[in-house]
Amino acid sequence: MLKETQNWSANPVLSVEHLTMRFGGLVAVDDLSFNVGRGDITALIGPNGAGKTTVFNCVTGFYKPTEGRIALRRDQAVADGTLAELTKSGRQYFDGDKGGVFLLERMPDFKITEVAGVARTFQNIRLFGGMTVLENLLVAQHNQLMQASSFTIGGLFGLPGYRKAAAAAKDKAVEWLRHVNLLDRADDPAADLPYGAQRRLEIARALCTNPVLLCLDEPAAGLNPRESAELNELLRFIRDEHGVSVLLIEHDMGVVMEISDHIIVLDYGKKIADGTASEVRSDPKVIAAYLGVDDEEVDEVERDLDVQTGHSASEGGSQ
Amino acid sequence: MADTTSPSAANRPEGAERLSEARRDAMRGEPPYSEAPPEDTRLVRALKEGGITAALVAALTLFFFAFRTDIAVGGLSLTASPVVWIIAIAIAFAGRFLLTYFVFAGDTAVVGGWKKVAAGTGRMPIGKILGVLLLFIALTLPILLPQFLPSQNRYLLNLGITILTYVMLGWGLNIVVGLAGLLDLGYVAFYAVGAYSFALLATNFELGFWVCLPMAGLFAAMWGVILGFPVLRLRGDYLAIVTLAFGEIIRIVLLNWYEFTGGPDGILGIPEPSFFGLEFNRRDGSFSDFFGIEYSPIQKFIYLYYIILALALLTNFVTMRLRKLPVGRAWEALREDEIACRSLGINTTNVKLTAFATGAMFGGFAGSFFATKQQFISPESFTFIESAIILAIVVLGGLGSQLGVVIASVAMIGGIELLRKLTVLQAVFGNDFDPTQYRMLIFGLAMVLIMVWKPRGLVSTRSPSAVYKEKKTIGADMVAQGEGH
Ligand SMILES: Nc1ncnc2c1ncn2[C@@H]1O[C@H](COP(=O)(O)OP(=O)(O)OP(=O)(O)O)[C@@H](O)[C@H]1O
Ligand SMILES: [Mg+2]
Repeated sequence: MLKETQNWSANPVLSVEHLTMRFGGLVAVDDLSFNVGRGDITALIGPNGAGKTTVFNCVTGFYKPTEGRIALRRDQAVADGTLAELTKSGRQYFDGDKGGVFLLERMPDFKITEVAGVARTFQNIRLFGGMTVLENLLVAQHNQLMQASSFTIGGLFGLPGYRKAAAAAKDKAVEWLRHVNLLDRADDPAADLPYGAQRRLEIARALCTNPVLLCLDEPAAGLNPRESAELNELLRFIRDEHGVSVLLIEHDMGVVMEISDHIIVLDYGKKIADGTASEVRSDPKVIAAYLGVDDEEVDEVERDLDVQTGHSASEGGSQ
Repeated sequence: MADTTSPSAANRPEGAERLSEARRDAMRGEPPYSEAPPEDTRLVRALKEGGITAALVAALTLFFFAFRTDIAVGGLSLTASPVVWIIAIAIAFAGRFLLTYFVFAGDTAVVGGWKKVAAGTGRMPIGKILGVLLLFIALTLPILLPQFLPSQNRYLLNLGITILTYVMLGWGLNIVVGLAGLLDLGYVAFYAVGAYSFALLATNFELGFWVCLPMAGLFAAMWGVILGFPVLRLRGDYLAIVTLAFGEIIRIVLLNWYEFTGGPDGILGIPEPSFFGLEFNRRDGSFSDFFGIEYSPIQKFIYLYYIILALALLTNFVTMRLRKLPVGRAWEALREDEIACRSLGINTTNVKLTAFATGAMFGGFAGSFFATKQQFISPESFTFIESAIILAIVVLGGLGSQLGVVIASVAMIGGIELLRKLTVLQAVFGNDFDPTQYRMLIFGLAMVLIMVWKPRGLVSTRSPSAVYKEKKTIGADMVAQGEGH
């Protein structure tokens, strides 16, 4: 496999390097390195308890990683030396005209969304249940609206600048509601929506923050096949029309294999495979991890496969 | 922290879905698969329920009202007094009948029925009408009182001022507890800071009420931020305990810093507010002199009444306005889910601090009004019980509801006063029954009953801050209560 030709190596939006997260004695993520390509849909998969959500929590600042660097390049044209310089400087991020580089492990969670442009959803849906669907999307635009209301003073007196911004925010919310098929429920409390609709609303809410990278934690969990198909459609739309890179955790292999440009497989906090869907699918380590085979047997399976196909499946397999 | 990872029924997607649906249904009082009971007509139902109530009252009061034992020669004598008993039964029947016929109309079950009304869309107009009516009464009270109750004029006006002060405090605390969902048991601290700021500024620098009022508000807001910082990371009970302690610290400092605050002696001679420089007294150049009307002490009370009414309405106006602005929406989002807030780039530290500061500012305004009205303040006035009463008003009214706070204040403050005068009860409990001694007991009982009847407060629905097409009120079962409830 030629590393240079891969989008995620050539033009990464997110680079996770040597990420380690320990909870007391438990090593949930162990020296994990991977890239997320700009404009790709990247899937992070692995058996239960593999550490996927923990990776998400580190990327979005909800956990401070024990070790490692998590760098987000907001724009493509960032000079090569910038990241190394930034790392040495001890600052959280560099935001120049030519592009921004953000060291996420140094930033507090809300700043990661606000400044770096990483939005996320949660494995257990976290909506503002007592607020309407529309309000949920307006809350997501808090920072822009706050600025437009001159930190409340302008809003309190109803200045035209704020009114315009408020109308624009509402339009944007309505636009996203149309895309996720929830416009007719705009005035209903979020807690009243069916499960699939709540998932879609959470994605729409995350998108209202104008992210560069969208992290979705099991977006297809609990969806029926039709809803799953709609979700695939939505994710493609987000990637193609809005240029948002998507990083998702998913157990539904149908979804993963169909839409992912790049798949990373975790097991016990370690990366066991990294590549395109077809590469990962045929990786014996992945098969073994999902079937729950012992390490010795993995070697056996590997040997068998080697005999059959004549090559070892992926770069990640070398760990 | 962000996610629970252990696979249990509640966080597996399908399990969670079924669980939440079941819970929602249960809260609405709808068992999953039951047929609608056959409907009676309204009159029949009212009669039936009235009859049941009357029977219950008859059974319960039989030995209390119908018979009376007295000590007599050779033991006890039994006197029957069926009249009292029958009156009690009749009252219960009539009350229940009227309630069912007029108030509960259109709904089946007693409690479930009310919840359904609250969750529906038909509730809003009633609230609006009630709000306008209350506003009208509040505006015209000083005119109405001398017409209808001239003998009680001054007493009732004073009571009105007290109620309005609590309405304002309730509205201020509602921002912190009702909107932002942060349980604050030390709200009286800001009331005290406002009162002492005004008193000290006025007595030391000879400043007037209107100059000091904004300063007192600012000082209180500053203390709100100071309290905000240590409690930022606290949740639930811990938040409540620290705010409680904060309230006590402020009071104890006021009590012991003798040189500055006068300690237990308090501060005397706080000036009264003037009407554009005109004072309320008999002298030349006073209010009555300037307008050429006869001096009456009631004028000052009317003026104070309108000041606190204006301050309270300002609080309400600003709160209603803030709710529709990004800050207010962030407060409510914070109450709903703090982690989700942070995932959306909201600096929850700032959100909490603004909530504490805004709430504290209105508490400070109310405090300076209190000082100028009393003309004397001491730490006695700022004990924990005040915080508790204000919180009780907010909880009883329904967290986050502006109208609820008004109703609860009138019911609580007015109710306590009313019980003092309730000599009617002597007819029931005998002549040596002193209502003033039992009023807190009766009052507590009434509060418990109300909370059993409406656990989420009198007005528990939430009205959305932004509307796409149609405004629908949101039932209490959807709305989160925030930290520490
Ligand atoms: N805050 C925490 N404290 C202690 N241990 C944790 C914490 N968060 C996660 N873990 C542990 O880290 C390991 C990885 O958990 P994680 O939630 O990342 O798994 P996952 O891959 O998302 O699994 P699933 O597919 O079930 O969501 C688990 O053993 C979990 O118990
Ligand atoms: Mg997970």
